[in-house]
This record gives sequence, structure tokens and C-alpha cells, in this order.
Amino acid sequence: MYYIDPHIHMVSRVTDDYERMARMGCVAMSEPAFWAGFDRGSVDGFRDYFRQLTEVEPKRAAAVGIQHFTWLCINAKEAENVELSREVIAMIPEFLDSPNVLGIGEIGLNKNTKNEAQIFWEHMELALKTEELILIHTPHLQDKYKGTRMIVDMLLDDPRIKPERTLIDHVEEHTVKLAKEHGFWCAMTLYPITKCTPSRAADIIEMYGDDRIMVNSAGDWGPSEPLAVPDFVQEMRRRGHSEKKISKIVYENPLEFFSQCKRFEFKAPE
Amino acid sequence: MSEPLTADQIFDRVFLETRAKLLAVAATLDRLDRAEGTDRVRNDFRMEQLRKSIDIIQNSSNDRAEQLQIVFSDPYDEQWKRPGLRT
Repeated sequence: MYYIDPHIHMVSRVTDDYERMARMGCVAMSEPAFWAGFDRGSVDGFRDYFRQLTEVEPKRAAAVGIQHFTWLCINAKEAENVELSREVIAMIPEFLDSPNVLGIGEIGLNKNTKNEAQIFWEHMELALKTEELILIHTPHLQDKYKGTRMIVDMLLDDPRIKPERTLIDHVEEHTVKLAKEHGFWCAMTLYPITKCTPSRAADIIEMYGDDRIMVNSAGDWGPSEPLAVPDFVQEMRRRGHSEKKISKIVYENPLEFFSQCKRFEFKAPE
Repeated sequence: MSEPLTADQIFDRVFLETRAKLLAVAATLDRLDRAEGTDRVRNDFRMEQLRKSIDIIQNSSNDRAEQLQIVFSDPYDEQWKRPGLRT
């Protein structure tokens, strides 16, 4: 089955991962801008990172037949440096004409601080001004419920926000309703310990349906599994779900959301 | 195969896996009891979260996973101060 991994950080992965993903049926991926594991020191550090996301990774992916798309932002983990965050937000438009950019992301909250909320809000302003799609990171573990509520509050406060152009990521059992009941897209991240397992993601699909929802590996430099989406496919098959339903979640839904981006050009596999 | 599994089929499939997970929890609690300083752990708020979770697992609602997630979550304050335009 062909699939799309809508959230994976390939700058942290080796070429073998690209090859393994291609062998498992991955035909496209999207890579949100992310925290490097350390705080970058200058706007030029981000400029180089955005070149990697818009020039280098598409070539690595294309070498194995995968289309690479990306999202730009400064991650919430670095939002405490408000001055740098504003410099990065001001620089992002330099890259918005790159053909593989899908929008602004993954913006959001990490520890639910005042500065994080401010920088989230300023990213949102940029996305609205430039008519870009928005991809939102929700916090981890004990911070997730509160942070997701805060994010939804900020989105609903602004009548310019279009839920169908906004994706709330890393939803779990206690936050999926918050995203779906207001018409936002959402995604579940399949992580070994700290987020959803393939089995719990399948449970959530069975409880909340397969509209406006997708699954991703969020593979990065930490404990993660770049083949987590095929693991989810296998779990759904073992439960007796149809190929059509599974394909909707792992292939058609990401395409439907991404297709709202004016630059998005997808070459479907023959 | 395109028919959803029945409860019997699901139970046959997950019984050993669930048994193993419960045994892992029991063995972990035993290990904590054997270790020096176990009284401190008993009073740790995270242990209370685990106790509440074990209680929830035993109830008969169909949203136990969601309830557990809330046990492990920070409270949300509806009145939190929203950001605005920078001055």
C-alpha cells in the first residue's frame, strides 16, 4: 500500500531510513521545522536549516523516489528567546516560494509559557498574512491537555482562522475531540513510549472515525520509528479494516489537506 | 479480511499481551517496595496518579484511556491570559 508520512524529521535520519521507507510504500513525506536538540544561536542558523529543508532533503528523498515537502517556523522550545523568534518569523517569507513548502509549522506550545503563546500567536499572524496552511505541535505528556486547550482557545479567538486549513498534531485520547469537534484536521504520532502506539491509534480511529485525521511517525533524533506508519497499517489490517479505509487515513487524507497549499504538486505513483 | 473482529477474537488476541503488561506493573510496584526509601515514593504525587489509574482501569466505562490521560495532565485554567499584539 502506498502511504504518506505527514510528519517526519529526515534531517535527523540516515539514508537507509529513506530507503526502508520507500520499500514499505512511502511515496511522500512532510518535514516540519523542528528543534535541533540544542538552541540555535542566530537567525542565520535557521536560514541554513531552511535551505537544508528546501534544497537538500528533497534531493535525498527523490533519490529513492519519495517526494519531500516541508513546513517552516521556529520551534516552541526556542520561543523563550523572543527576539530571535521574531527575527526568524521575519525571515521565513524568504523561503515561502520554495516549491516544497506547505506552510507554517510545527508551531505550538511546549511548556505552555507566556512567551510560547506569544510566539505561537505571531506565527499564526504570519500564516494568515501569507495565506499559508498551519501545522500545530501540541505539548508532551502532562502539558498536552492544558496546552491543546490553550492552542484551541487562540485559534477560536481569531475568526480569520479556517479550521480546514489547520492541523493539530500529536492528538491522543484526551485531545482528539478538541480538534475534531471544531473542524480542525488532526494527526496522531506513533511513538514507542511518550505518544500513541499503533494499537491505540487504531482504537482512536474506531472511536472517532477516519475523517480529517492522519497518522505519522514524527521520526527524529530521539527514540522513534520511521516505519511506524506501516506498523499502523498492519495493525488496522489485523483488526479487519478494509484497504480502502486504511488508505484513506495514510494516503488520501494527507493529500486532501496538503492539496489546499497553492504550491503543492504531487506526482501520484503509476 | 474486511470484517471487524468480534470481542472474542480481540480477547484471544490481546489476553497474553495484557497479562504481561499487568505483570510488569505488579513487578514494578514490588520492586519499589523492596527498595530503600520506598516511603518517599509512596508519598510522591506520581504514585498517587498511578493509584488513581489502577482504580480507573477497574471501572466499567468505555473511556478509561481518556480518563487516565486526564489523571496524568496538568489542570487547564479557562481564564489564562491570551497573547496580543506586541507593544
